[in-house]
Amino acid sequence: MTTATEATVTGQREITYLQAINEALHQEMERDPTVFVAGVDLAARGDVFGTTRGILAKFGSERIMDTPISENAIVGLAVGSALQGLRPVVSVMFIDFIGVCFDVILNQMAKNKYMFGGKARLPLVVLANAGAGGGMAAQHSQSLEALLCHIPGLKVVMPSSAADAKGLMTAAIREDNPVFFIQHKRCSRMRGPVPEGEYVVPLGSAKVVREGRDITIVATAYMVHEALAAAERLAERGIEAEIVDPRSLQPLDTPTILASVQKTHRVLTVHEAVQFGGIGAEITAQIAAEAFDYLDAPPIRLGGPWSPVPYSQPLEQEWIVNANDIHDAVVKLIEG
Amino acid sequence: MTTPTTTQLDSEQLLWMYRTMVRIREFEEAAGRLAEQARIPGAVHLYAGEEAVAVGVCSNLDPEDTITSTHRGHGHCIAKGGDVKRMFAELFGKADGYCHGKGGSMHIADLEIGILGANGIVGGGPPIAVGSAFAAKYKKNGRVCVCFTGDGATNEGTWHESLNLAALWKLPVIFVIENNHYGEFTPQSGQGAIPRLSDRAASYGIPGVTVDGQDVVAVNEAAREAIARARAGDGPTLIEADTYRYYNHTGMSEGDPRPAEERAAWRERDPITILRGVLTEQAILSGESAERVEQEVRREIEEAIKFGEASPYPELSELLTDVYTE
Repeated sequence: MTTATEATVTGQREITYLQAINEALHQEMERDPTVFVAGVDLAARGDVFGTTRGILAKFGSERIMDTPISENAIVGLAVGSALQGLRPVVSVMFIDFIGVCFDVILNQMAKNKYMFGGKARLPLVVLANAGAGGGMAAQHSQSLEALLCHIPGLKVVMPSSAADAKGLMTAAIREDNPVFFIQHKRCSRMRGPVPEGEYVVPLGSAKVVREGRDITIVATAYMVHEALAAAERLAERGIEAEIVDPRSLQPLDTPTILASVQKTHRVLTVHEAVQFGGIGAEITAQIAAEAFDYLDAPPIRLGGPWSPVPYSQPLEQEWIVNANDIHDAVVKLIEG
Repeated sequence: MTTPTTTQLDSEQLLWMYRTMVRIREFEEAAGRLAEQARIPGAVHLYAGEEAVAVGVCSNLDPEDTITSTHRGHGHCIAKGGDVKRMFAELFGKADGYCHGKGGSMHIADLEIGILGANGIVGGGPPIAVGSAFAAKYKKNGRVCVCFTGDGATNEGTWHESLNLAALWKLPVIFVIENNHYGEFTPQSGQGAIPRLSDRAASYGIPGVTVDGQDVVAVNEAAREAIARARAGDGPTLIEADTYRYYNHTGMSEGDPRPAEERAAWRERDPITILRGVLTEQAILSGESAERVEQEVRREIEEAIKFGEASPYPELSELLTDVYTE
């Protein structure tokens, strides 16, 4: 089977983001017998989000296992079995639950290779669902990607479209390093064209989602869709926004972001995670250092306000950055 | 305490045990002195006094079997076949060390002989041991993993989660608690309400045994049974080995808060002396040959220290290598 390239995405049949991940899992499990899947309710139930539906029937209980609700054991299972040559894909269900098993992530998974002088190889994927908007409150709604991006040894991807979800999942499984695959809940049911065969989106490759000349909007996960909505309205005012989706946050494709800023001379970063210390701060700092002379205006950042995610619907909607916020921030920057 | 028994062990195995225990003791006392002289950086957690546990267990393992270790891990590494030259080079932070100087005392690993790393985090090893044992089951290769921890780790959540999953899935893993009765400076009585840590096995529906951790033969027997059980697909066993560390939590002696009479009493049950007694009684080892083993090991350790100290520091360009597999 040949691997499809990005250029071939348009015109493919449309499936959802979740189905795209599921398809990548099926294809990679077919391709490589060392790939296995484990986590809470992943086998019999096919995951509470539906990510692993059909895998038990196809591959049997030796390749996909339901585990106890036991994040340390689940993530440890991945680390120890990866050290012994398997390619585990495990799920912590909600990214909020990494708090339970953070030592395994921070001190074991991320550091074994370096600490052991390079001998270890840790080809593993951790699935984690992120994002607010579902009334799930403070412990089931966070976006914690920046926390993970701050740890040398980890890789972090956060797709926004169905095609990228498939391509990045395939790349993550084939990667010889630990990868956090962050699924955004509000992207899960979105549909898009996805190649049917093997499809790889290399880690560390950003994508220009919309071309424009007036401002670069660097947006992640669901914020890509909010930024696209904002861009439509901005176009009505004659402002053409270019939208860059990094897709992979660690490693980060800085050259693609810089090239866009050098063209548009203005930049806004937007993510759902709290603004303070978010990935937008890192991107903004890199732009300031590398493309300062190209900037016609101060870089601006949008992100969640400094509070846990609230439960009550009006409060939660107020908390999440949306297309209006992006639109208004761009208008203010450009029109004053 | 049980009388040492030598059933099933031939003289070659017993002599290997003796030499390996002496090697660990000499390594640790030398490492302690180097730390006191500030010739090596950081902290060393010395295993002296606990040698019978690592050696008794690892005498049952093949190179393809795996272990996870602890911050007090030099003994496990030596018992599993680690090279003392590369270990000392690592303590010196040198390029020829096991981790090319990037890990140090608490992170020595040799994946080729199944040493999945010492670990600076109390309770860090058990989840990894579960993963390694799972891989053995998945590949159906008959391998087992031994998870060494101290008594302190049994109060960590990771330990309980690991035993539960290993028991549920009948994974080929043996959990060995080296109960030296102190977690850092706090006695066991200040850390948990049960005196017998092997009782915890009941919570997971697996066998739990307590053995005399100063008697290498007793440890060997208990571990052999547990390992056979694991290889047969019958799941994990919890072994608690009663033991004692001769030196302080880190380093050799300074500020050791443990009662002098307690320390002296444990020294009376020195694991190397106990084994020497058995070997002498059975005419496997004469006083003269015991002396010769000790001299040979001392020379080996001296040479290893020279090797380690003479090894170059890693190039500064190594700083950013091996963060990821390229």
